[in-house]
Amino acid sequence: MDWGSIFRNGGQAAFGPVAIYTALAAIGLNIQFGYTGLLNFGQAAFAAAGAYGIAVSVTTYGLSFWTGVAIALFASIMLAIVLGVPTLRLRADYLAIVTIAAAEIVRLIVRSVRYTATLGGTDGLQGFTDRFYEISPLHGNEYGFWFIKYSRDDTWISIVGWILVALCCLVTFLLIRSPWGRIVKAIREDEDAVRSLGKNTYWYKMQSLMLGGVFGAFSGIVFALSKHSVNPDDYATKFTFTALAVLILGGTARVIGPVIGAIIFTGALQAVDVFTREAIRVGYLPSWLIDDSKVAIVRLIFVGLVIVLLMIFRPQGILGDRREALIRDR
Amino acid sequence: MTVEPAAPARWTEGVECAPGGSKPDPILVADGVRRSFGGLIAVDVDHLEIQRGAITALIGPNGAGKTTLFNLLTGFDKPQEGRWTFGGRDVTGLAAFRVARLGMVRTFQLTKSLALLSVIENMKLGAVGQRGERMFTGLLRALWRSQEREIEQRADDLLERFKLAHMREEFAGALSGGQRKLLEMARALMVQPELVMLDEPMAGVNPALTQSLLQHIKDLRSEGMSVVFVEHDMDVVYDISDWVVVLAEGRIIAEGPPDVIGSNPDVIDAYLGRHHDAPESIEEEAQRLAEAEAIIAEETGLEELAPDAGTEPDDADG
Repeated sequence: MDWGSIFRNGGQAAFGPVAIYTALAAIGLNIQFGYTGLLNFGQAAFAAAGAYGIAVSVTTYGLSFWTGVAIALFASIMLAIVLGVPTLRLRADYLAIVTIAAAEIVRLIVRSVRYTATLGGTDGLQGFTDRFYEISPLHGNEYGFWFIKYSRDDTWISIVGWILVALCCLVTFLLIRSPWGRIVKAIREDEDAVRSLGKNTYWYKMQSLMLGGVFGAFSGIVFALSKHSVNPDDYATKFTFTALAVLILGGTARVIGPVIGAIIFTGALQAVDVFTREAIRVGYLPSWLIDDSKVAIVRLIFVGLVIVLLMIFRPQGILGDRREALIRDR
Repeated sequence: MTVEPAAPARWTEGVECAPGGSKPDPILVADGVRRSFGGLIAVDVDHLEIQRGAITALIGPNGAGKTTLFNLLTGFDKPQEGRWTFGGRDVTGLAAFRVARLGMVRTFQLTKSLALLSVIENMKLGAVGQRGERMFTGLLRALWRSQEREIEQRADDLLERFKLAHMREEFAGALSGGQRKLLEMARALMVQPELVMLDEPMAGVNPALTQSLLQHIKDLRSEGMSVVFVEHDMDVVYDISDWVVVLAEGRIIAEGPPDVIGSNPDVIDAYLGRHHDAPESIEEEAQRLAEAEAIIAEETGLEELAPDAGTEPDDADG
């Protein structure tokens, strides 16, 4: 059993690009679901808006990288408006249904044959990341801390990514302690009460959807840059539900909750993966029960089990407040 | 604000005690407001005026349309027809939050305390025109800090007055039912309204707290606010209201000062059903007596005849 490999891989994943983009998506969901009570099941579409915003701008239309970033963020805000206008006046469940459908529509359009010339179809798009890695000040081959090591490109995207995570957390923290945050939290509790006090709840829900969507776009940007490509099937429903799982794991309505959740989730997933492979290699797990090709599924089963147990014994998540959970259940 | 707390009912002298009667200084005037749900006409108010600076009780049996009327006037529901003005301004069809900003604030029958906000946060939410409510100014505390302090001061004063100061930092969800009612009323006052619409403010409040709630409502009037409230308890209505509007099946069937309304036969009918205890005529009494005697006779007769004449009742009926 190579325990060093298990910890090294787990640690690398926990602080690498995957954890970062999952955290960003979850921070966005935290604004929407954790604080405002909006159930957005289409965060993948916002991430896709971010990723394709850059990729299409740079690769297809030859615009500059920074124009691409601006277009990516603009696209996510437009998506929030398109989804929000018809649904935010209705009950919360409608938003959930519409967003999950919209995310799939976005993905199917992106991968359609008709728009292959622009959007790249099932092959996706590449070659939009050059500028990003050019501006990197790093020139060594490997960076890291303690036993965790990353390649030069992974280090650069991780540094930028963690700065983005920190900024998003800061914005969340500043907004939630403000009167704006008071209103969105109140909307989560009871929208009618907030309307009766003279607040335009529709507009606040829209703002929350947009802000969470912009964070989702950052997530997609980091995802695309770290992968050096965009591919439509990366933005399937699994993306959204991973981010939601991470949010619930870390604790909703906590500024740092989604970040802690992403680190633990991503790290644990990778560690369990390597652990299982090691166990098979050494012979602890018999070959008639499991082989290497099934590890990817088994690790998801394992993580799912952990989340179920967490919901039973600690429904508020890792950072959540037990008192809040009790009040909520009254 | 010419109304004197000591003699609040003075304006009612000479006011016509009829449905839709005009008031000397109405703050709210509604005309032809109709709301139906499918075939059911929930509200059908031809004309209604609410006097400024007075406490108006809205009473009526269950399903009379009191809450629906509240919802319509405060923008929480839209009528099929009708117009209404608040303070002389047409507010027909205005969104609920705009109505509230204009100074007509409502509470709810089922208390809507925001459970996971602390009591003080609940209160501060009520203040309108906060700079920090805008997303971009909200980011920078320096831009809203001073205003927040003023709001907090105002909120603390109200909490003191409503005897909730000791619960300041508790979650609103941890309050008792009566305390939540108090909080909701205090929170509505943070909006600095001209007209407060209270939907069953006494529902689910224990008797000890009822008196203090009533006093708070009277205080609103002495501060120059107008109050409309829905209530079932007639003792409460007699105690605090200057004027009573009676709704039944969506229509206003009577209006007047509480003592006049209490003896209005239409009102009693609406609440208890027609002929609930009207005295019977002598013929009716005699007839019922005869019927009862016939039944008794039949039953005793059956018992006596049972062994040998089992089919007799059928013959008799036939």
